[in-house]
Amino acid sequence: MTITTPRGTQTTPLVPAAPPPAPAEPSDTVTFSVDGIETTVPKGTLVIRAAEELGIQIPRFCDHPLLAPAGACRQCLVEVWAPGRDGNLAKMPKPQASCTLQATPGMQVKTQHTSPEADKAQHGVMELLLINHPLDCPVCDKGGECPLQNQAMSNGRAATRFVDVKRTFPKPIAVSTQVLLDRERCVLCQRCTRFSEEIAGDVWIDLQKRGAQQQIGTFDTEVLGFAGDVPVGASTLDTSGRPFASYFSGNTVQICPVGALTSAAYRFRSRPFDLVSVPSIAEHDANGSAIRVDHRRGVVLRRLAGDDPAVNQEWISDKDRFAFHWQSAPDRVTTPLVRRRLPDGTRGELEPCSWTEALDTAAAGLQAALGADGSGVGVLPGGRLTLEDAYAYAKLARVVLGTNDVDHRARPHSAEETAFLGHHVAGRTLQVTFGDLVAAPGVLCVAYEPEEEGGILFLRLRSSVVAGRTRVFSVAALASRGLERLDGTLLAAAPGTEPEVLDAIAAGARDALGETAEALAADGAVILVGERAATVPGALTAVLRLAERTGARVAWIPRRAGERGAIEAGTLPTLLPGGRPVADASARVDLAAVWGVDDLPATPGRSADEILAAAADGRLGALVVGGVDPADHADPALARAALDAVPFLVSLEVRRSEVTDRADVVLPVAPPVEKPGTFVTWEGRPRPFAQALTTTQLSDFRVLDRLADALGADLGLRSVADVHGELDQLGGWDGVRVDAPSTAPAEPPAVPPGHAVLATWHQLLDAGRLQDGEPYLAGTAKRSVARMSAATAAAAGLADGDEVAVSTDRGTVTAPVQVTDMADHVVWLPTNPRGGAVRDLLGAVGGTVVRLERVGRSDHPEVTAHAASGLTGEAAEAVAGVRVDEEERA
Amino acid sequence: MAEQRKKKAAPGAVRPAGGDAQVQRTARGGGEVDRPTEGYESLIEKRSGLSELLAPVAGFGVTFANMFKPTVTEQYPREQVPTKPRYHGRHQLNRYPDGLEKCIGCELCAWACPADAIYVEGGDNTPEAQFSPGERYGRVYQINYLRCIFCGLCIEACPTRALTMTNEYELAGPTRPGMIWEKQDLLAPLRSGQLATPHPMVEGTTDTDYYRGEVTGVTDDQVAWVAEHRPDDPTLPENAAKGATVPDLGETRLAQRAITAAAHRQGGAR
Repeated sequence: MTITTPRGTQTTPLVPAAPPPAPAEPSDTVTFSVDGIETTVPKGTLVIRAAEELGIQIPRFCDHPLLAPAGACRQCLVEVWAPGRDGNLAKMPKPQASCTLQATPGMQVKTQHTSPEADKAQHGVMELLLINHPLDCPVCDKGGECPLQNQAMSNGRAATRFVDVKRTFPKPIAVSTQVLLDRERCVLCQRCTRFSEEIAGDVWIDLQKRGAQQQIGTFDTEVLGFAGDVPVGASTLDTSGRPFASYFSGNTVQICPVGALTSAAYRFRSRPFDLVSVPSIAEHDANGSAIRVDHRRGVVLRRLAGDDPAVNQEWISDKDRFAFHWQSAPDRVTTPLVRRRLPDGTRGELEPCSWTEALDTAAAGLQAALGADGSGVGVLPGGRLTLEDAYAYAKLARVVLGTNDVDHRARPHSAEETAFLGHHVAGRTLQVTFGDLVAAPGVLCVAYEPEEEGGILFLRLRSSVVAGRTRVFSVAALASRGLERLDGTLLAAAPGTEPEVLDAIAAGARDALGETAEALAADGAVILVGERAATVPGALTAVLRLAERTGARVAWIPRRAGERGAIEAGTLPTLLPGGRPVADASARVDLAAVWGVDDLPATPGRSADEILAAAADGRLGALVVGGVDPADHADPALARAALDAVPFLVSLEVRRSEVTDRADVVLPVAPPVEKPGTFVTWEGRPRPFAQALTTTQLSDFRVLDRLADALGADLGLRSVADVHGELDQLGGWDGVRVDAPSTAPAEPPAVPPGHAVLATWHQLLDAGRLQDGEPYLAGTAKRSVARMSAATAAAAGLADGDEVAVSTDRGTVTAPVQVTDMADHVVWLPTNPRGGAVRDLLGAVGGTVVRLERVGRSDHPEVTAHAASGLTGEAAEAVAGVRVDEEERA
Repeated sequence: MAEQRKKKAAPGAVRPAGGDAQVQRTARGGGEVDRPTEGYESLIEKRSGLSELLAPVAGFGVTFANMFKPTVTEQYPREQVPTKPRYHGRHQLNRYPDGLEKCIGCELCAWACPADAIYVEGGDNTPEAQFSPGERYGRVYQINYLRCIFCGLCIEACPTRALTMTNEYELAGPTRPGMIWEKQDLLAPLRSGQLATPHPMVEGTTDTDYYRGEVTGVTDDQVAWVAEHRPDDPTLPENAAKGATVPDLGETRLAQRAITAAAHRQGGAR
């Protein structure tokens, strides 16, 4: 950990920080001068960028370092002298846009600081831009942090000469439920459309019309004149029924240099001078994106992308940006709660109480379970914890509760995965990084959807695909729109047959398999494995086999922010902190010495599913549960039964949940915005963040420390510094690792007529608890559809646009059919959409055989008919006010 | 003190012997400096003759001269003298002639305030609840009169002339929370013919029309809208005719008054 320096012993930190990137040595340089200052820059550097390096500010709107040069706004005009063919310095006849001009040897650039001509040109452009710009500043969200406002003051005329009527538009257009567009404020810099095209690959807005009427608009086929023809992308409709949903649209709001694009969630909420900005790390996925949290009076009002070139560059997903209301939801638990047993032995109501009482009650309950006639305590920390919190759970379980029954995996998992994580993931940090990913010639995704399950990783991957460096392959049931935008090659595999396909990737194989083998054999190739691989027996084994065969490196990518940190912290039944195997006596001795105990439990513990099964059978005395949603488990019914049956349940939660509803003691803990901590990315990169809001709530590790105290033990984890000190002292593990998994693939199940194998993955925006309280964001989620091939649909008597009931013995999910080019006998459903949670309603995970039945035509024929209709339902209510204007326009 | 020092510094003065604090100070150096040996001489020229004779009476010149000037003492609070017209008194949030608020919640007043006395939060106007013309209105508006220095920068910053200052200066109050005035305390009272917000804008107008003064009063449609949504609203013409009155003080101010009145009663004040 870099947060503290290791004391005394020189060990490798448990989670070492990434080394600083080596400065790139430019091979070819150019020497030229800006405002008379001579400078040497790498060849190909833009003049505006070189001037920046010298500290010379040139006003600009369209220029963005991560977007291709456009020269759209013309605000950055400078006077340029360059040596001609005869070698004499000659002035270019007109001022040049410095954002598209590459520096050449001997060039002399004069900016507005030294050239009256450049200054006059910039004033002229500014005047032109302001002609139609409304005087909206008092009501505009950008006011106070607006490049146009600032540069109009620094590089514009003091008074307007324009006396005519300004061009106005009915305002604003709801581009999606989340993003609103005020067209008259737009200066047509095209940052948003360039971001959509170059970075996200979602062309959801574009320039329309010409001349004075030129404007940014939604991709309206009628305006563009090719009604009836549908642009790229299979039908991934958002809940508003529009065909172009984007998970990254919030970035356009941030890079808009004027107030033309604003977010519905932040509209009119505050002014920049109200806000206190704190750099932080997003808690929604394992990428650890840098963000900026802006808060006022203890309330977070918005989040912006931070700038971290090594991780997320300057982009974040909409989930990272907009989904933060859960942290201040009205159902927050603010005081400890204790449930008193009624005289008849049943559970009573939760009642608020003091910390002392709650901790004493919890300690007494756990003590009883630990006693001679008790049967032990299981610990389920959940996958959303910081490294520090997970470490406290790991230590509490081993030192105080005397068990290895601790597992943070609140999702489908397997023994094969446990072995894989111990063998290949734990203790191996920064083996594959974002930098490696964008330099890789070939990337194979196994049970992993970069866009849906990765968020910002998709953008990084796409940037290298667009640059022509990387080819992407995916072993999946169907080619998602994300894969199409990665120009990816699908290695079609029905759920359960992934190991077979992986084994077939060999040099000399035909078609895509051969190409994949070739790409993976190249130096630097990477295999990305998602957490879903745990649902396929033999898949992780086959991945390791493939890696050995081709020499490609393997990176395992979980969805949740805390999973990787939890693995390093040792919240797995077979692993101690730093990847030390529980079964290894020397590792246990090592750790016992650091922890100051005589010995540690030697038998590997039970996995989360086994702990839940034991609890449901009454073989467990108590459970300590962190941020876990029973519906996330492979079998939610079992999880709920376990929570109901366990004699004593302690819950550490931020909000009221299904767990707190069943708990005997609820101990409130702080959400990430109210605590300091460290998330560990899928790469193994520590991402420390500071506390943003002042609070009385405690971090999990602090609560566990006090709980241990009440149990008569000292965890010694009173502050973040204590935890870091211990992690540094502990260091990494260089001993023997857990053996690699060797699980044989299961036989593919027989699929009777009218049935299909379920393929499923999470969509980025769904019914997750961390997206609660954000109706605008929820409106941009994709509509739930059931995808199947034409043959599968025909066999089940279904057609495109029919409503299909997908059912198991446990329940039914209905969704409109979307006939897709994919493997036969497979039906795809999103894992956890609003109102259609597959695990909860069907009790099914990927690979389960499900029944298909037609229940009529879909109520939403536009889902499959690609019709760009108006907003409907909840989303429409959310933007009712702004929609009126747009309907008038139509 | 000056007398003592003079004595001490006089030539030949015997310094008190040891143990005295002053000696210590001198011993430390820098504290006491020996004074010049000459005696004090006034720089004012000595008078002579008649003027010397009349000098004691001349001192009363100012006294006698003021006896014949008008008195400037104001008998506040028994007599209240009007302020100058541009006196910076308490603020008021103005309304358009139809009763819609002029404040758009832009926070420029809060931005301009050097004392950080103003707190504003904006909000969305919706068709169901339109408080001001246009899209945005001031949802929360607070002025802390414990902080306000009445400099008037806020009213200069206001882009819609929503915020102006009245001449009211009696702003003392018995409680600190009561000195934070809310929007309802600051809003201009509804004159007859104005409708309480929220209600829709005059049909067919924009916020610019309002700003230009092209809206001059309530229309029948607005009255009908309020009658439909808030039939008991006292600002409706039919209710006003029945004698319904609109409270012209906000809650914070009423509470302050109640506390003051109670304190007066308790203290036996009349």
